[in-house]
Order: sequence, then structure tokens, then C-alpha cells
Amino acid sequence: MRKHMTMKTFSLLFAGLMLANLAQAADEDDAAWNNGLKKKYFGDRPIEETTNLIELAVPYRAEDPALVPVSVAAKIPQTPAQYIKTITLVIDNNPVPFAAAFHFTPESGKADIATRLRFNAYTNIRAIVETSDGKLSMAKSFVKASGGCSAPIGADLEAAMARLGKMKFKLESSIATPNQPNPVQLLVSHPNISGMQMDQISRIIMPAHYVKQVKVSFNGKPVFSAETDIAGSTDPNFRFYFVPDKAGELKAEIKDNLGKEFSQTQAVSP
Amino acid sequence: MIGRLSTFAAWLAFFASAPLAAEPLNLIEVAAGVYVHQGVQALPDRHNHGEIANIGFIVGERCVAVVDSGGSPAQGRALKAAISAKTQVPVCYVVNTHVHPDHIYGNSAFKGPGVVFVGHRKLAQAMALRASYYLAKAGSELDNGVQAADFIAPDRPVDSALELDLGGRKLNLVAHSTAHTDNDLTVFDDKTRTLWLADLLFIGHVPVVDGSLLGWLKELEALKKIDAKLAIPGHGPVSAQWPQAAEAETRYLEMLRNEIRAYIKQGKTMEQAQANLGQSARGDWALFDEFHKRNIATSYAQLEWED
Repeated sequence: MRKHMTMKTFSLLFAGLMLANLAQAADEDDAAWNNGLKKKYFGDRPIEETTNLIELAVPYRAEDPALVPVSVAAKIPQTPAQYIKTITLVIDNNPVPFAAAFHFTPESGKADIATRLRFNAYTNIRAIVETSDGKLSMAKSFVKASGGCSAPIGADLEAAMARLGKMKFKLESSIATPNQPNPVQLLVSHPNISGMQMDQISRIIMPAHYVKQVKVSFNGKPVFSAETDIAGSTDPNFRFYFVPDKAGELKAEIKDNLGKEFSQTQAVSP
Repeated sequence: MIGRLSTFAAWLAFFASAPLAAEPLNLIEVAAGVYVHQGVQALPDRHNHGEIANIGFIVGERCVAVVDSGGSPAQGRALKAAISAKTQVPVCYVVNTHVHPDHIYGNSAFKGPGVVFVGHRKLAQAMALRASYYLAKAGSELDNGVQAADFIAPDRPVDSALELDLGGRKLNLVAHSTAHTDNDLTVFDDKTRTLWLADLLFIGHVPVVDGSLLGWLKELEALKKIDAKLAIPGHGPVSAQWPQAAEAETRYLEMLRNEIRAYIKQGKTMEQAQANLGQSARGDWALFDEFHKRNIATSYAQLEWED
């Protein structure tokens, strides 16, 4: 009769318990998604968890929870035969989990997109990709952050409001490479008030005032469009690609939740 | 018997109502009548209760001006007790140099007749906008009992400059344009030519950008011209020579400005800046890892708008 557990048995048990703990922790991290979010945003459609189509990059520990850089790099080129149609970003434990949805066409060049988001709690962020064949796939990553959605707006609200709606395109080079995906950045000045800040003196919640829709086109043809929500950081920022076939004009049009519209153009010469 | 009981009851009542006596606040008289308590250099947490800033007071013939009330209600009470131990004259002003919790959470200890709260014209709004967020953080992180009522906005907002007379002692208060925060106030004591910079000056502790990097450098340029005998930082040793004390901070802020501009010019991203920029300064500053990358994010978001 064995009086003591052998080291081997103990090690196996211990390892087993550790794995079970890890699995449980992972289950907890996916609970909100599995128990409702998935169905809410994607119904019963199957979603394959894979990193074959996109790479999602986020810092594990957010330095500033209200200004977390998030980037999605596409691993397939946009071609008429197969392309990435939509990338949806969901932050499980945010008060409004839907963060943004970006729409692309075969002419987008690359379906890469980078932006800055607010994270309210330790959470998974998911990038769900819909390809032109209608299939869904997903990459996810865990972020340690807290309070990003209720954090005070920027450093100087007065300055932010004075600059409301101003936009700027930044091109990597003043000379665009024709018929190739060219990287470009769009800067938008907008406080993106989440509606979660309460003025302690008046006891009034500062009403939400944030960018809801972004459309970028080149010579009238869509480059990308997006629906964005309160998870967008103050001064929404987007890095993406476009393919100039000739000289022309990049145009950005944005709409916010109060119905205000702003636009900006940028001449491009290959 | 009744006498004994009532004495005992009075004793009990005293201890029941009075908060547990705080440790006497360690103070240094950096110049005649100018007293500073040095805050511990650490992140605010449940061990230090958020009591991490330099705070203190200036004594006039008629009354006392508090400069920053502390990082917790208990520290405010401790400061009040320390003042009573040093002087008979009452507190007439509580000056909050800016909105950060480690400088304002002791305010309610001083509330009362004859006490005027003073702050930047933008301080009231800053308190209003940040209070919910700060209260949530304090609840989960500081264990110091701070409540909504502890956010006491200034009775006397400073538009650009204000002179306070403590009785034979004049203090010059200046409301700065956006620098460390968008509501920074400095105090200059005429009598000893002491410049109380609070968080416009960090020594040892890495400077924290919660306002405008460029604005801070601009304010420092102007402040360095002031002929002060002594400077008091918001974090670091209780006093230092001026303007030498600003050298390290200026170097750090200029490094951020110059290197981030270079990164932006080279088309590098905020993520790349956070990963690589400025790590050579790491050995120069305490709490570098806790704040430097965040400084980069804030400053990058400002500088990328430059043409």
C-alpha cells in the first residue's frame, strides 16, 4: 500500500491543476464573448480563430488606457478574387464592446488598419475579419488596462474644442508610388467624449460627443470607411493604405453622433 | 461614581469621534516661515494612501497659507495639526497648485470660516471632470477614505496673477498656461524669494506630462528668469537652487520633444516611439518605467499635429 504520493504522481497532478487553472482563466477571459457578445454581433455564424489572415498587435500592458495603439496587419493582399471586406474590433469588457468596424475593397491595396482605442478593464480585444467569400475569422489579444473610457478627456478640453473637426493627412512621402499600396495617416481633431464622465459639480453627465463615421476616398473611389464608437481615443487617428493610379485627391469625410460633419482633402502626386 | 463615568464617557467619546492620530508630519523649514513635507517617491497605493507629493505652508504675521493639502484626508488633518504645532495664527488660505489627487485630497481638513481656497481659473472644471474617475481609482487603489465632498473647488480662482497678504508677507500667485496640467499655479514668497513650483518642477521622480509638453517647456523658459533664492518641487527634495534645479527636467522634456519630432519626421509610429525612444534616460529618473512611455504617448499625440 502506498503511503506517500510519488514525486512523479505529484508532478503530474500539479501540472494538471496548473493547466486546469490556466484553462479556467482563459475561459473567464472569453466568458463575455461566449455568453453573449458573439451572438449579438455575429449571430450563429461560425468564426474560425486563426492568425492566417491578420495579425493583431496591441500592448499587453496599456501605458495610457485612454490611448492604446491597436494595429491590424493583413496577411493577404486585396485582389478582386479574394479580399478582406470588414475588420470589426470588439473589446469584451468595455462598457460598449463594439469599438470599430472598418470596410475595405479590392482597391484598398492592403486591409491594414491602425488606430488608438480606450480600454476600460483587463480584457480581450478581438479583430473579426470577414472575407469576400463571406467567411469569418478572428484573432484576439489580452490587454491589461483600466478606466480608459471614463478617464478625463485629453489635457486641455478648451483647446480640443477650439480645434474640433480639423483634419490632416500625412503621407509617408510627398511623391506617391503609383499602382502600389501607399501608407497614409489621417489625424482627426475631436474630443470623442464618451458620455461616461460626470461633472461632479453640476452632477450632469457630459453628453457623449464622438466620431461615428469615417469615409476616405481617392478621386471619388472608396479607400476605406468605418463606423467608430466611444472606444475611439480623443483625436481619432487612422493608419491605412491606398493605391493611387494617377494624380488626384484624397478626401476624408467624418460625421459625429451629434450630426456634425467635417471634411478634408489632400492633393496626391505620384 | 457618576463623575468617573462621565469622565470615562467623555474620554470614549473623544476617541470615538477623533480620527486615529496620524503620525506627526515630518516638516523641514526651507526658508524662514516656509515649511515643506517631502512626499515619498512611489506610485500611489494602499500603503502610502496616495500621500506622495511635497506639501506644506507659509507663515505670515496674520495667518498661514497652505500650499497643497495632501494626498489623503488623513494627511490633510496631519498637516493641519502640524501647522497648529508651529504657529498660533490661523490658516487663511489653502492654495491648490493643480488638480492631481496627491495635492488636493487633504482639502476638507481645512474647510471652515475664514479659510479661502485658491486655485487656477481652470481648476474647478478640472476637479468637476476628473472627480468621478479619481474617486473610482481611490476606492480601488488608495484605501484612504476620500469622498466626493473632499473635492473642494477654489473660492478664489486666479485668472492670471493674484497677490495674497499673510500679514507682513506677500505671496505672488501665477496661473500658468497649459504645462504639467491645464491648471498649474505657482507661488512666489517675496520675503525669502522662494519659488514654490509644485509639479512644474520634478527632481528625481520622472516628470509626468499631463498637459502640454511644449507648453511646459515654454513656461519653464519664463520661470527660469525669476530671481529666486530657492525652488520647491512637487516631487523630490524639499528645496533646491534655482534655476539649476530645472536643468535635468528641461533635458528630459527637450529630449522627448526633439526625439519624438525626429520619429514623426521619419514616419515612425507612436508604438515604435514607445518601444525605443529615450531609454537612455532610464537611469536618471525614479519611476521611469511607470511614466515614460505614457509621456511619449501624450507628447506624440500633441506633436504629430505639427507641420
